[in-house]
Order: sequence, then structure tokens, then C-alpha cells
Amino acid sequence: MTQTTLPPVPKTEPVSAPPRGISDRSRAERRLGWILAGPAFAVMLLVTAYPILQAVYYSLFHYRLTDPGNRAFIGLRNYGVILTDPLWWQSLLVTLFITVVTVAVELVLGFALALVMARALKSIRPFLRAAILIPYAVITVVSALAWKFAFGLTTGFVNSWFSWLPGVSTSTDWFGDKWTSLLVICLAEIWKTTPFISLLLLAGLAQVPEVLQEAAQVDGATWWQRMWRVTIPNMKAAIMVALLFRSLDAFRVFDSVFVMTAGANGTESVSFLAYRQTISRVEIGLGSAVSVLLFICVVLIAVGFIKGFKVDLSQARGE
Amino acid sequence: MAAGTLAACGSGNSGGTPTLTWYINPDSGGQAEIASRCTAAADGRYQIQVSQLPRDSPAQREQLVRRLAANDSSIDIMSLDPPYIPEFAQAGFLAPVPDDVAARVTEGVVQSSVEGSTWNDKLVAIPFWANTQLLWYRKSVASAAGLDMTQPVTWDQLITAAQSQHKLIGAQGKRSESLTVWLNALVESAGGHIIATNSDKPEQIKLGLDSEAGRRAAALMKKLADSGTGGPGFSTANEDTSATGFEGPDAGFMVNWPFVWPRALTAVKAGTLAQSVPDDYGWAVYPRVDANTPSAPPYGGINLTVSAFSPHVDLAYQATECITSDANQAYYFTTNGNPASSTAVYDDPDVLKVFPQAPVIRQSLEQAAPRPLTPFYSEVSGGIQRDYHPPASVVPDKTGQQASDLISAVLRGDQLL
Repeated sequence: MTQTTLPPVPKTEPVSAPPRGISDRSRAERRLGWILAGPAFAVMLLVTAYPILQAVYYSLFHYRLTDPGNRAFIGLRNYGVILTDPLWWQSLLVTLFITVVTVAVELVLGFALALVMARALKSIRPFLRAAILIPYAVITVVSALAWKFAFGLTTGFVNSWFSWLPGVSTSTDWFGDKWTSLLVICLAEIWKTTPFISLLLLAGLAQVPEVLQEAAQVDGATWWQRMWRVTIPNMKAAIMVALLFRSLDAFRVFDSVFVMTAGANGTESVSFLAYRQTISRVEIGLGSAVSVLLFICVVLIAVGFIKGFKVDLSQARGE
Repeated sequence: MAAGTLAACGSGNSGGTPTLTWYINPDSGGQAEIASRCTAAADGRYQIQVSQLPRDSPAQREQLVRRLAANDSSIDIMSLDPPYIPEFAQAGFLAPVPDDVAARVTEGVVQSSVEGSTWNDKLVAIPFWANTQLLWYRKSVASAAGLDMTQPVTWDQLITAAQSQHKLIGAQGKRSESLTVWLNALVESAGGHIIATNSDKPEQIKLGLDSEAGRRAAALMKKLADSGTGGPGFSTANEDTSATGFEGPDAGFMVNWPFVWPRALTAVKAGTLAQSVPDDYGWAVYPRVDANTPSAPPYGGINLTVSAFSPHVDLAYQATECITSDANQAYYFTTNGNPASSTAVYDDPDVLKVFPQAPVIRQSLEQAAPRPLTPFYSEVSGGIQRDYHPPASVVPDKTGQQASDLISAVLRGDQLL
């Protein structure tokens, strides 16, 4: 059996397309579009483009907030310092590790939850959705603190509840080691953001044409075959969008690291590194350069997803 | 400094009485009470309102630095942790202390508190309350181990005693400011200094971690971590964790600030701790590194600074004199557990009643050594926390050199922190 998807709809070539150019009506619509979206676009530029450009500008200076008199232009030296520092590469690896692990686990769990939500009885569906969404409504700092207390040596219940597991005892210090710290950080992230992925996937599930499922069923396909050959291929766009959004989000992980370990035992993320330079050390130049590099990483992830996996964002919206 | 020229704008005036805004570190309400007492005493010359800063001192500094760098005129008085005072003074954030005020507020004040308020040989802050760590011990454990606590004890003795009794030593091994506090006390007690040659210029600062005293301090840190007497959560233990542990059944010894005493008494009142526990508490001056050299206990606390951008510098300095009066310091000591910087307060019978440790605290403050006084304290402390954590990973012959190299590179701008 091969994968079964509906043939792509030729979006850009309507059957009755006018020869060339745009009609008065489309022009008017386009203008209306700009009038409606223009103010938001301008505000976006102001609040995002301006700080980004300012960070790029500051990153070329040696600039300490408590010593503005000695501000000096040093070109790309800050970037040289960062890229030759093992701490940057270690933070980058830790961030990538957290991103890959959390997004992979969230995708599987989120898909399962989306299936549960889609198949649940109509009467309990609203309650189920609300219950699944609760972790996503919790502020990240609060969730990080809750997980920290749960695993804490003096405050937590995890050690006493799970002491039957090998390697866990009442004196296990989860935040005293790199990998156990990262495990708790990942668990907290997964708990909190799985609902987000499951919501996006639920929207994707709703788009799988029922007619294909029925046809496959008539052909004698098992549940598992329908899942792999019909459901998932038809949800590719939704899955890719969910992965993209979560990867971008996960790559900027800060709160959980800040609250749980403050970067101890080599658990520093790239965002935390930027925070340490800019806010703690008030080295605006160096910190801006870290932020710019973080921004470039995020852009690379986005471009990589869109080009590499051919994600069509508009398709995910069902256009 | 820019005080005079920038003094025209900002800050509230309500009904003709200038309002001074005092940024305080969170406490048990003592500073707010002192603010209202001083407002009443000012008789309409000024009124003080308090504004609360974040809980830990690095976060307090972060908020204040950013505001002052933007010339925020809404800050008049600040409660500042002593290690950050040189940075604020060097950056021009502090209004100069008038000579007459300086003379009055340093009279009868413990030496470490005056040192912690001084930068480049000038008083730049008003000593308020002075904290110091004591050696807390369980009398039952010390006597079972055969330790004579009327005599000074060493870290080595403590580790041996704790091991023999299968009890714990509460020390702060967490990667945070408390780790720097501990290392500094060990280095100073061994006769060295974290900063050997100080300077305003970051590249000229020479570190003293790779010295005999530095190696001795690192070796003790490592010994305690390896002995297992720090407990299972040693590398994540802060002052609160240590205090909780000291109230538990495995407690033997602990180095910690005096807040642990009212904390235990409050727990007894709340019914969560047996009276026999604080009854078993003993206290002494901080342990020695070498048996024949007096220890240099940690010095902390809060000193008051006046913002250079305050429109009411004169009134603010008048207010600081009121806030730091002996009566207010005694009140703060007895109600909030924060020891006074004024020596006279230690003779107050009320203080002695609430804090039987007062004479030891006073002695400890006279011996105490401040953390490195430098405008680049965050870099120095951050570098130490990176290389000396977890304490079990410390290599006495190497870590000092490593940390010195890291901090020097960070100060030169060649490395991230």
C-alpha cells in the first residue's frame, strides 16, 4: 500500500485566471489589506526590528553599562571572543540537546493527546481539552518552581515516591549533576508545552479528509496502516508547523534553567548566557553579540525547516 | 559628581513634604517600620516610603544598576549589599557622603562595616546592619565528639568530629554568592586575599587564588565535600537548606548567619520544632583554617547609599542618620534578627535577651573580612562560582590557577562568563 493523500490543489492558478496583471477589485482588496494590517506591521517593526538593529549596533562596541565613558568601537571582536570560547559551544550543545529531546517527546505525546481529544466522546470533549490545556496556561517560572520543589532534596516528594526505581533514593540530589538536572528541565518543558503541540496537531487531524479514511477502511487497511499511510501524510503540514514553532520556542529556553540550576553543572542555555553577559555583568556589547548569535540560530532553524522540509505555512491554515 | 546638576527633576512632593524613596531588600518588615519612625521623627522635613527590591542580592544589584545607569531620579536611598558598593561608587551612582555625616556615622561602628562602606579611601556608604557567620554546633554532638567549644576549633577538627559522630556539617556548596562567601572566608582565614593587587582598571587586577592560602582554602573545600559530611545535597545547599538541615536529626555543625536562631525559635512557636532542638544549639566564632591563626569570618549585611541622581541628597543623608541610629539598629536586631553595625547596641540588655549570641557576633564582626572590594565584583564572584563548583571537583593545586586565568581573561574581555 502506498501513501494516500489528496492531490494538491493548484492554488496559484485559478481556472478562470485573468490573463496578466491584477484587477481593480484585487487592487482595492490589496489596499484594504495594507490599511488593516499596516498599523500592526508598523508596530511590529518598531518593537522588533528596532531592538534587533540596536543589538547588532551595540554588539560592535566594548560597552559596559557602569562605565559608559570607556565605550569603544571594536568591530567584530565580541563575536570572535564568543565563537572561540568553549562556554558558547557548550551552551549551544546543551540548548540543542534540550530542543531535540523536548520537541521529539512532545511530538509523540502531543500526537497521542490530539488523537484522544479528537476521538473523545462529544460530552466529555470540552472538559478533556481544558484539562489537557491547563499546563500550557501555567506561567513558565511557576511551572519551573513547582518542578524544582518536587525534585528538591528537602522540599520534594519525587525521591520518596520513586525510591523503588534503580538509581533513585531519598538522598538523590537531582540538581547536583548535569544529566539529572537536564532531565528535570526537559520534563518540566515537556509537561508545560505538550498541550501546545497537541492543539496544533488536533487542528491538523481535523483536516484529514474523512473520505480517505473510509476508502482505506473499505480496502481493509488496519488502524496502524491508516495511521501511517493516510492520517500522518495528510497532516504533514500541521506536523511541520508544530515542530517549527516548538523548536523555535524550545531553543530560547531560559526560565527553567534560570530557576532550577542557574546554569550550574554545565546546564547553561544560550539565552542564559546572553542574560549573564547583558544583565548580570552589564557588558552590553558582549551580551548583544550573544543575543545576535542566538537570533541568527533561530533564523537558521526557521529557514532550515521551511526550506529543508518544504513547510508551507499557508497550507497549514487550510488555504 | 552629577548630583547637583540633575537634582531638579523627579521624585514626589506630596503636600510640600518631600518624599524620599528607600529601596529596601526584603526583610520581616523592619525597614518599613524604621521608615515610618523616621518619617515621624522628621517632623515634616521629609517622609520616607519604601520600595521593595528582589529577594537575592545579585538581583537587587541588577535592578538598581539598570535604573541608575538610566539616571533614575526616583531612587533616593538604597539598601545595598556591601560587595556591590565599589561598583556603584566607581560608576558615579552614589552622592558623596558629607564629611560631617561621615564622621558621625563611623563613630563606634565595627571595623568590617566601615571597611565595607569604603572605596578608594573614602566613605561612600552609611554602615547600617552588619552580618557575620558564626559556627553553630549541636552541644550534644560536640561533647560526644570530645570537642572543647570554649576554645577556637579548626575545620579539620570539625570534619573529624562530624565523621566520628556520623553527623553533618552545614556549609553552602551551591553555585551562588554563598560559595564565594565561603571561599573568601577560607582564603582570608588562611592569611590570603582573593584579590592580591587591586585596581580600578580591570586588566591590572591581580588575583591571589593561586597562592599558599588559596590552595589551603581549596583543599579544605575539597576535603569537606569528599568527607561526605556536607550531606547528599551539599553542591546545591544554600543558607536556607543548611538551616533546615541543622534543625534535623543529622545536624552536627554549621556555618551560617545569625538568622538561624530566630528561625528555630519561630518554628518552636509554630509547633513544628521541639524546644529541645534550639536548646541544643551552641555558637562560637567561625572555625579556623590554621589552629594558631584567628579566623576571618564572612562579613555581610546592608549599608545605606544615597543616589547621585536623587533630588534630595541632603535630606536623604539626614534620613540615613536617623535610620542607622542606635535605637533603630537595636530594634532591627531584636525584631528582624539583623545584627547592628554599632558596637553600643551589643550592650543593650534587650538585645542580649533576644540574641544571647550578641557578644560572639560582635567579636566575629571585629575579626570579619569583607569579600573583595572591586568594581568588578560580579566577574570575580562569577568566575569563582564557575571553577569552584561543585566543591567535590576542586583540585587544590589547579583550581586556583584556573579560576585566576578565567577571571583575568574575563576582566580583559577575552572570555565569556
